[in-house]
Amino acid sequence: MKNAWKILAVVLLVYTIVAGFLAPVPNLAILRETIRNLFFHVSMWFSMMTLQTISLYHSVRYLGKSDEKNDWVAAESVHVSILFGTLGLITGSIWARYTWGAWWTNDPQLNGAAITMLSYLAYVLLRKSIDDDQKRARISAVYNIFAYVMMVVFIGIIPRLTSVDSLHPGKGGNPGFNIYDLKSNSLRMIFYPAVLGWILLSTWIMTLRIRMKKIEQTLNRYEK
Amino acid sequence: MKNKLLFAETADALRDNGMIYVVVAVLLVIFAGIVFYLIRMDRKISKIEDQLKKS
Repeated sequence: MKNAWKILAVVLLVYTIVAGFLAPVPNLAILRETIRNLFFHVSMWFSMMTLQTISLYHSVRYLGKSDEKNDWVAAESVHVSILFGTLGLITGSIWARYTWGAWWTNDPQLNGAAITMLSYLAYVLLRKSIDDDQKRARISAVYNIFAYVMMVVFIGIIPRLTSVDSLHPGKGGNPGFNIYDLKSNSLRMIFYPAVLGWILLSTWIMTLRIRMKKIEQTLNRYEK
Repeated sequence: MKNKLLFAETADALRDNGMIYVVVAVLLVIFAGIVFYLIRMDRKISKIEDQLKKS
C-alpha cells in the first residue's frame, strides 16, 4: 500500500484534534488551556524543521551529483516549510497576545523564528533571481546549507540558553511540558502523534508540489 | 491534593458547559475538507502522470 502513510497522517490528526481538545491537561498558571497549543502551534514548527531537513539533504546531494531532481525536492520542501513556518508565526502571535499581552515581543525565540523565516524567504528570492537552471541549483544549494545552520542556531540553540532568558514555554530555563508531565504522560500521548501527523501531512503536500514540478518539466521538454 | 491543583477550574468549566464538542466538530469538518481537497489533488496529479506516461 503506497499511500498508507497518508492514511496514517489523517488518522493521527483526527486523533490529535479530538484528544487535543478533550483530554485532560495540566492546568498551569498563565498557560491555562493554551497548553493545548502544544499539539498545534508547536507541531507547525516541527513540520517546518522536518521539511527544511529534507531540503538540506537534497541540497547536499545536489552538490555531489548535480541531479536536477534533488534541486526540485530541495526547492519545493522549502516552499512548503515556509507555509508551515508562517502558520507557526501567526498561531504563536495569537497566543502571545492573550498570555503575554502583545502580538509580538522581543523574545529571543520570536526573533529567532523571524530570522529563520527571513533567511528562507531569501532562498526563494535567490532562486527567482537566477535564470540559468544549473547556476540557480548550485548557488541555492550552497545558500540552503547556510539557511539551515541559521535555523538550527536561531530556533534550536540560542532560545534555549538561560543567559538570553527567553520567556517562551520550554525555552531559556522555562519549563516545557517535560517537568509537569513525567508521571501522567498525558501531553506526550497526544503531542508525539500530533507531531508525526503534521509532519506526514506537510510531507504529503510537499510530494504533491514535486509531482506537479516534474509534470511541468516534462511538458517543457515536449515543447522544446 | 495534587490533582486538584493540576486540573482546576478552567478545564472543567469548558467541558461542563459542553460547548467544546462544537469546536471539535467544527475543526473535524475543516480538517475533513482539507483532506478531501488534498486527496482530489493527489488523484488528479496521478491521472496527469499516467497520461504523460502514455503519450
